[in-house]
Amino acid sequence: MVRQRIKDHIRESRTFNERAAIALAIVIIMIFVILARLVYLQIISHEHFTTLAEDNRVSIVPIPPTRGLIYDRNGAILAQNVPAFSLEIVPERVTDMDQTIQALSEIIEISDDHIKRFKKQQRQKSAFRSIPLRTHLNEVEVARFAASRHLFPGVEIEARLVRDYPYSHLTAHVIGYVGRINVNELKKVDASNYSATHHIGKLGIEKFYEDQLHGTVGFKNIETNVMGRTIRTLEQSLPVPGDDLYLTIDIELQQAASKALGDHRGAAIAIDPRNGDVLAMVSQPSYDPNPFVVGIDAKSYRALQNDIDNPLFDRALRGQYPPGSTIKPLVGLAGLENGKASINESVFCPGWFSLKGDDHRYRDWKKEGHGVTSLEKAIVQSCDVYFYDLSLKLGIDAMSDYLAQFGLGQKTNIDLPGELAGILPSSHWKRQKKGLPWYTGETLISGIGQGYNLTTPLQLASATATLASRGLHSQPRIVKAIASGRNNEPQPVPLVQQERHHIASDENWEYTVNAMVKAVHSPRGTARAISHNIPFKIAGKTGTAQVFGIKQDEEYVKEDVAERLRDHALFIAFAPADKPEIAIAVVVENGGSGGTVAAPVARKIIDHFFMSTSK
Amino acid sequence: MIKAKNNDYTQWGERRQSRMFTRGLHLDIPLLLGIIILSAVGLAILYSASGQSEAIIMRQLMRLGLAFAVMIVVAQIPPHHIQLWAPWAFALGLGLLAAVLLIGDEGKGAQRWLDLGFFRFQPSEIMKLAVPVMVAWYLADNPTPPSLKNIFIACLLIIVPVLLIAKQPDLGTSILIASSGFFVLLLSGVRWKHVCIFMALIATSAPLLWFNLHAYQKARVMTFLNPENDPLGAGYHIIQSKIAIGSGGLYGKGWLNGSQSHLEFLPERTTDFIFSVFSEEFGFIGIICLLALYLFIVIRGLYIATQAQGTFTRLLGGSLILTFFVYTFVNIGMVSGLLPVVGLPLPLISYGGTSMVTMMAGFGVLMSIHTHRRLLSN
Repeated sequence: MVRQRIKDHIRESRTFNERAAIALAIVIIMIFVILARLVYLQIISHEHFTTLAEDNRVSIVPIPPTRGLIYDRNGAILAQNVPAFSLEIVPERVTDMDQTIQALSEIIEISDDHIKRFKKQQRQKSAFRSIPLRTHLNEVEVARFAASRHLFPGVEIEARLVRDYPYSHLTAHVIGYVGRINVNELKKVDASNYSATHHIGKLGIEKFYEDQLHGTVGFKNIETNVMGRTIRTLEQSLPVPGDDLYLTIDIELQQAASKALGDHRGAAIAIDPRNGDVLAMVSQPSYDPNPFVVGIDAKSYRALQNDIDNPLFDRALRGQYPPGSTIKPLVGLAGLENGKASINESVFCPGWFSLKGDDHRYRDWKKEGHGVTSLEKAIVQSCDVYFYDLSLKLGIDAMSDYLAQFGLGQKTNIDLPGELAGILPSSHWKRQKKGLPWYTGETLISGIGQGYNLTTPLQLASATATLASRGLHSQPRIVKAIASGRNNEPQPVPLVQQERHHIASDENWEYTVNAMVKAVHSPRGTARAISHNIPFKIAGKTGTAQVFGIKQDEEYVKEDVAERLRDHALFIAFAPADKPEIAIAVVVENGGSGGTVAAPVARKIIDHFFMSTSK
Repeated sequence: MIKAKNNDYTQWGERRQSRMFTRGLHLDIPLLLGIIILSAVGLAILYSASGQSEAIIMRQLMRLGLAFAVMIVVAQIPPHHIQLWAPWAFALGLGLLAAVLLIGDEGKGAQRWLDLGFFRFQPSEIMKLAVPVMVAWYLADNPTPPSLKNIFIACLLIIVPVLLIAKQPDLGTSILIASSGFFVLLLSGVRWKHVCIFMALIATSAPLLWFNLHAYQKARVMTFLNPENDPLGAGYHIIQSKIAIGSGGLYGKGWLNGSQSHLEFLPERTTDFIFSVFSEEFGFIGIICLLALYLFIVIRGLYIATQAQGTFTRLLGGSLILTFFVYTFVNIGMVSGLLPVVGLPLPLISYGGTSMVTMMAGFGVLMSIHTHRRLLSN
């Protein structure tokens, strides 16, 4: 046993020595492999790499293009670029970031929010890219940093152009804003074209026309010295600035509309029915987009988000409201065109309507009833019973098909992002979305624009424009012309206009328009409050949309209902009635009455429009 | 045979008198000299690479001091103690690795750190020593060359911690640990036939490995295959590194004169890419000297291993020194574009703490193996 073990021990030792020798041989071979590689790099390719090392002193720096400007239809500037100083850090050149930021905060005001945003960007970007820590430095801060700049390697002050919206709240919902590019957005754009760009359109026109507004990046080759500082620019290709946009918006009309809405929550939209130009589009309340450009601080953002009035919400494009009585002229047209209603026939309105074999009473807004009611009277006084009867005769699907020609329940395809479609109910729609059959009672309330019906204010304005132009539908648009480059003339954007197709006969158009004129200009019209002192005729229709249901036999008393539960007030109008130049839709949330709250808003817009055109 | 062995012992006995210093501190003078010279070269090049930052040199000096202290302490531990603790150290290391995966801190997108409240450390560092110790312990307990069953169990001992570390993910360290275990097997005299089968197995499992790599690891391999594809992104490191090395030429640009490093084109120049700075400033001649220094340390380590008396110490010593060489080879290979970038420092030269301490502990083990032989023989 002992012999055996000793023998083993020696044999093991010998095996080990053998293996160690082989390992050593392999080590030496590998060292020669390294040497061979280095001979190749350092001797054979030496000159090639020396040239590359020299070239390294020359680096390519992208130059950001200047973002296109945005003007209103008369050339007033709505979005511009103003120079601002920002404090930027190249993370790779900073050895102790926390200490550097700490030291910087002693000479320049830096909040925790700034640091948080900086750290977030730092995680997303390459270490050799500069990242802004603070923007909008004032002159004192710039001077203070310049004095102690040698203490901060890798920290620079850069003069940059920052987007600025001079009209602030007034244009926020239309123009939107630009903000810092995030990772997801960077994936969707051409990364090299955005290599020098820090901002991208987040909302509104800034988002929809991002491609045109951005421009094309430029490059310059710069020579750096041993410290990495620029000595001179060797060559450069200049960036191509983004296109300038000319909007259809008239900023003064926008201002008038905003003022007319006052403190109400709601939306007001004015469209030129001849071409679909959106002259004013107001959603209130609004917000200041400028803080979003540099990065809004968390507290202010939370305050905006938690605001009960929801200022960030664009009611014009995304608010969906029951159209209420404002769709009565359209339902009336549907009846006339389908032969279910006639100019000469009347319906008796006792103040309620009920279906055969059902004792449920569908109430008229006027408890005592309108008596004998023609279609004209039904539109002028907004009689519900007449339209209960008419929609029952039409049936939901014929009514729905007809109203679809006015664009209800469909996106208008305006050149803005985020538009909602609303709902134009039909039996087919209900079966698809709810999996339920259509009930006749639902036809009745659909006929007065309640029930499942939902429209956006923009949609309502577009339908009004189609009504005003007697069937010539123009797709609403917000950009009128685009000027590429800084010096070129603006090129008009072609209209998207559908052929005038037969929606209704001339006779029926004029009958309906006349009824709408009487709704404003006759002593019993629901919108008579706005008929005073005007040299031409306005065609209009009021509407109220229920925010919550009222039980059978329960009286709706405005004063008793909490403000937020009051009906939405709606009004559509166009003027002059015979040759319309402007079509308007107004929605006032919880306004109560269309005639006394929403109609005066439209009147003020119309007044301003004709005052400025007559000048 | 027995006689020959006795002769060996008497030879050692005669040398005993001339090695008072060695006997006192259990240090191996040639190995110590090699390490000190290499560390000094490292400090010089770090001074240049860091842009002549004294703060960094001071910090590196403190780490070196700590590492040398650890080496001296480890050198005092007789190898049979290490042999006794082997399974416990291994089990502790495995437990900590599992803990890292469950509760570890994330740094740079990888879960490698364990926060003990008062300090953070990487359990994978323990495994750098524990795996070769464990495999050597296991194989030394049985007659060598190991049977197929023992080879299989040894492979298991290697693969479990390697997979745990690769999952963190830390590809560089897992490759190192895998090779340290592999070296123990190789040195134990595993038949070449089995080695070939083993290699073939690895080659066939390569595609499987590829699908389990993290996106950034795949990107590194792709970049290695074609760095010019992404010159401003992932390929930037390698391209700049090759430029630095190539422009150094035969004689180099001179200490503190490397334009690549001083113009800050070279990323991570104080850590993983410090060899590029050395090549740029000292040229091919400098590299030959540096490699000679590394070779000297490897030869001395292998010599210590061949002189060791027990199977355990032989296998452990051989594995430790060969792993040291793998470190060197992988680092130089990656910065010169021979291998993909796996993020391993250049031993004793790169700036950074943890791995240096572990490596010096390894040298401590080697010194302990060499200086405790007489005690064993008695």
